[in-house]
Amino acid sequence: MDIKAGLLNNDKRAAARLISMMENGEPEAVQIIKECYNMTGHARIIGITGPPGVGKSTVTDKLAKQLRKEGKQVGIVAVDPTSPFTGGAILGDRVRMADLNNDPGVFIRSMGTRGALGGLSKAVHGAVKVLDILGMDYIFIETVGVGQSEIDIVKLADTVIMVMVPGLGDDIQAIKAGIMEIGDIFAVNKSDRDDAERTAAEIEAMLDFNRDEEYRPPVLNIIARDSKGIEKLLELVEKHWEYENRSGSYKKKKLNRVRAEIMDIFRDEVMKTLYSISENTNIINELAQKVMDKQMDPYSAADRLIDEFTNNQRNN
Amino acid sequence: MFNKEKLEQLKKAHEEWENTVTKAVAKRPERKKEFETSSGIAVKRAYTPADIENLDYDRDLSNPGEYPYTRGVQPTMYRGKFWTMRQYAGFATAEESNKRYKYLLEQGQTGLSVAFDLPTQIGYDSDHALSEGEVGKVGVAIDSLKDMEILFDGIPLDKVSTSMTTNAPASVLLAMYIAVAEKQGVSSDQLSGTIQNDILKEYIARGTYIFPVEPSMRLITNIFEYCSKHVPKWNTISISGYHIREAGSTAAQEVAFTLADGIAYVDAAVKAGLDVDEFGPRLSFFFNSHNEILEEVAKFRAARRLWAKIMKERFKAEDPKSMMLRFHTQTAGCTLTAQQPDNNVVRVAMQTLAAVLGGTQSLHTNSRDEALALPTEDSVRIALRTQQIVAYESGVTETADPLAGSYYIESLTDQIEQKAVEYLNKIDEIGGAAKAIEKGYIQKEIQDSAYKYQKEIEAGERIVVGVNKFQIKESAPKGLLKVDPKVGELQQKKLAELRKIRDNTKVNAALEKLGNAAKGEDNLMPFILDAVKAYATLGEICGVLRKVFGEYQQSIVL
Amino acid sequence: MDRPIRVVVAKPGLDGHDRGAKVVARALRDAGMEVIYTGLRQTPEQIAETAIQEDADCVAMSILSGAHNHLFPKVVNLLREKGADDILVVGGGVIPEDDIPGLIEAGIAGIFTPGTPTSVTIDFIKNNIKRK
Repeated sequence: MDIKAGLLNNDKRAAARLISMMENGEPEAVQIIKECYNMTGHARIIGITGPPGVGKSTVTDKLAKQLRKEGKQVGIVAVDPTSPFTGGAILGDRVRMADLNNDPGVFIRSMGTRGALGGLSKAVHGAVKVLDILGMDYIFIETVGVGQSEIDIVKLADTVIMVMVPGLGDDIQAIKAGIMEIGDIFAVNKSDRDDAERTAAEIEAMLDFNRDEEYRPPVLNIIARDSKGIEKLLELVEKHWEYENRSGSYKKKKLNRVRAEIMDIFRDEVMKTLYSISENTNIINELAQKVMDKQMDPYSAADRLIDEFTNNQRNN
Repeated sequence: MFNKEKLEQLKKAHEEWENTVTKAVAKRPERKKEFETSSGIAVKRAYTPADIENLDYDRDLSNPGEYPYTRGVQPTMYRGKFWTMRQYAGFATAEESNKRYKYLLEQGQTGLSVAFDLPTQIGYDSDHALSEGEVGKVGVAIDSLKDMEILFDGIPLDKVSTSMTTNAPASVLLAMYIAVAEKQGVSSDQLSGTIQNDILKEYIARGTYIFPVEPSMRLITNIFEYCSKHVPKWNTISISGYHIREAGSTAAQEVAFTLADGIAYVDAAVKAGLDVDEFGPRLSFFFNSHNEILEEVAKFRAARRLWAKIMKERFKAEDPKSMMLRFHTQTAGCTLTAQQPDNNVVRVAMQTLAAVLGGTQSLHTNSRDEALALPTEDSVRIALRTQQIVAYESGVTETADPLAGSYYIESLTDQIEQKAVEYLNKIDEIGGAAKAIEKGYIQKEIQDSAYKYQKEIEAGERIVVGVNKFQIKESAPKGLLKVDPKVGELQQKKLAELRKIRDNTKVNAALEKLGNAAKGEDNLMPFILDAVKAYATLGEICGVLRKVFGEYQQSIVL
Repeated sequence: MDRPIRVVVAKPGLDGHDRGAKVVARALRDAGMEVIYTGLRQTPEQIAETAIQEDADCVAMSILSGAHNHLFPKVVNLLREKGADDILVVGGGVIPEDDIPGLIEAGIAGIFTPGTPTSVTIDFIKNNIKRK
């Protein structure tokens, strides 16, 4: 299969394969993305995050359906945790998006966190680029909002929707530290439950504490199951987008994002090389033994490793 | 129940005996280090009066036919009459199923049990795109009143009792049954039978749901209300643990989750303004019967006792009939093996024995070939004969609750009840069965048990004869029943014909009225009945309701 | 191969009995595979489309309703039409022995009937996926 030709021909199978190759860290995939990089930048990227069980998939499903009504092409990247014990995963987000499976204007991809050395962020970045090249107008990234790597992923988005549900109570307290900052819009899902208003008010109160910039994230009560509040939610996404462009915040964010991505890729490469050094040579063990025997201090040992690393790079 | 002093002596003696045996076992170990039931209840080497020292006969058992009905709901049990032998059947077209029903009645079966195909259970007509390949496969295809008329042709509905396995569209099929009876000249107050009508377990385990929880609960309470006035002898719901168990639950979970569903239905009906003693007596249950005979017997007894307490104490029922847990049983389909299928006859016989010793009101026995295909007529006859042999030859029917007082059985009954109560408390904490299902809690508990069971089999810790031990090389069984793949086309032709000859103005008017009523708060049964009589199809009626109510979204927790 | 095998586990048709599908899904996960679980009532079109978008190595389907002769081959054919015939297709459920040769003929690589240990299914997938 000629992946690049397929991708440029809007072949879903080629796109799907390319995403896998990015996920698996295959150098060929990077080469293809390099060659097509000019074609990226069309899609709007929306992050959907929040604690487990708040209905993120349903929110994504309904937003996608609404956008489809408007004739937009929609890509979805849904991330679920990989089991740290077996390396396997059950990726079940499609269950709530079953009607979208058949829609030619939709592309859904499920992804496991796989957990190895920050590769996730690169894989998600890669998938988003592929879907962008494929011509999607909107791309959703859906992921559980716990853990740093997941938060890193949604930082990729132009707009982040934080999904909550009534009665989270202590959970909100526990998670606010990390995630209150990254939400551009707060959606309180399942708002037919008791306490929906109170939860919204609690979030507003926390926003008073945590946010002081010009843009204040709106808080919206929705019932995704019944499609209630979905149109309004999309309006808020558009408003946020307008604000970002008007204020120049988008350009700043985008620059930061690109910086972060370069650093990410760089770190990945460094880690890979370091890994191969420690795998292929005995140097780490030797250094460790020397530090143990007090022949060396750990700082000098690390310096030695950096020398080794630089040599390795030069030889490549 | 025991003399205190005697009991102390006995405990001491038993302890000494245990010590001696334990020493012997150190030299010649028992088969397993630990013995336990399917529900994870530890099984002791032997049981003594000490294990039931707190048993109070009047409070915990009482006489058969008396509260809390542990020993059965009738005073004479099978001395009066045997349970209803009711084989679940139906396949292909109404014409073919009608033939099978007449055959079964000739063979001495005492009630009918209708199996519908999946499109019928999910409210699609045979010509719907999703019905492709499914028409007539697991049951009979019913698209309209026309099919129902054929299904019961020549079967007097005032003489037989009919059980219909239908849930989401239960009101539509019940309306069709009432309409057929009317045409036979049988008024609805003479009808007896059961509709399954248990949507919660569809969400949990069986999967033939249509509408979301709230409108589904409304349809169910509409039926309760309508039947209490117009079809008083009808069992308006069969609250089912069967499928929960098939999905992999333990015996204790089966009791817990079934009764949790039961509580949710009573709650909903009471909230809708019905009096608990008005509909309580028409609630019925449906359980599974597995191979572990003694645990099963204890399970049935525990379920009866616990439900009686729930109805009396929690819901303040006063009519004893509201407190009686009457149940249908089916032998466990999931214990049937595709390997050496004749062995299944033996399994079904044991399961039959468990159901009868547990005091069932009616019973379906599975056929030996059901892990391979739909059962043949021969297999169905053997299954029915199994019930007849237990009834007429085994002698276990001659006295009520024959295992009562067994130290082991009473102790197991207590422990299963206790485990079920723990689950019920947990579900109450979550906010009731509907919430617990939405959260995926109940499904997760069941899946964990199912996975554990599978792993035990694969590790050889659990033996299934013919599957992971005592295997033989065998050739493919011959003569399995095949449903003619043309059934789909046939049904589609009948539908097209019907849509041509019926009064479509009348149909549309009835459907419109139904749609409007669905948006309001009226009881929907009369509207459905009108639509059915106008020959609106099942798919059309459910389609109107789908538009108003929306559809249920499953929640998956794996 | 140091990437996880990706398997779509699907329930085609209207049959709601998903105990087997769920047990298999868990077992595949525990064997280190990435399982894309689709839930109930999937049409062959939905399953084929899912397999393609997910770049699956294998589609594993379960049917207990007797609709297998109709639905399994349809998935195979759709995958072929979409140029994805390198995706391994396997099936399980209540499937009479007599039907198996026809299904194999139609392109379903393996059929697993009741009583099959999950380890057999796992090994079959591991040994038969077409992409390394």
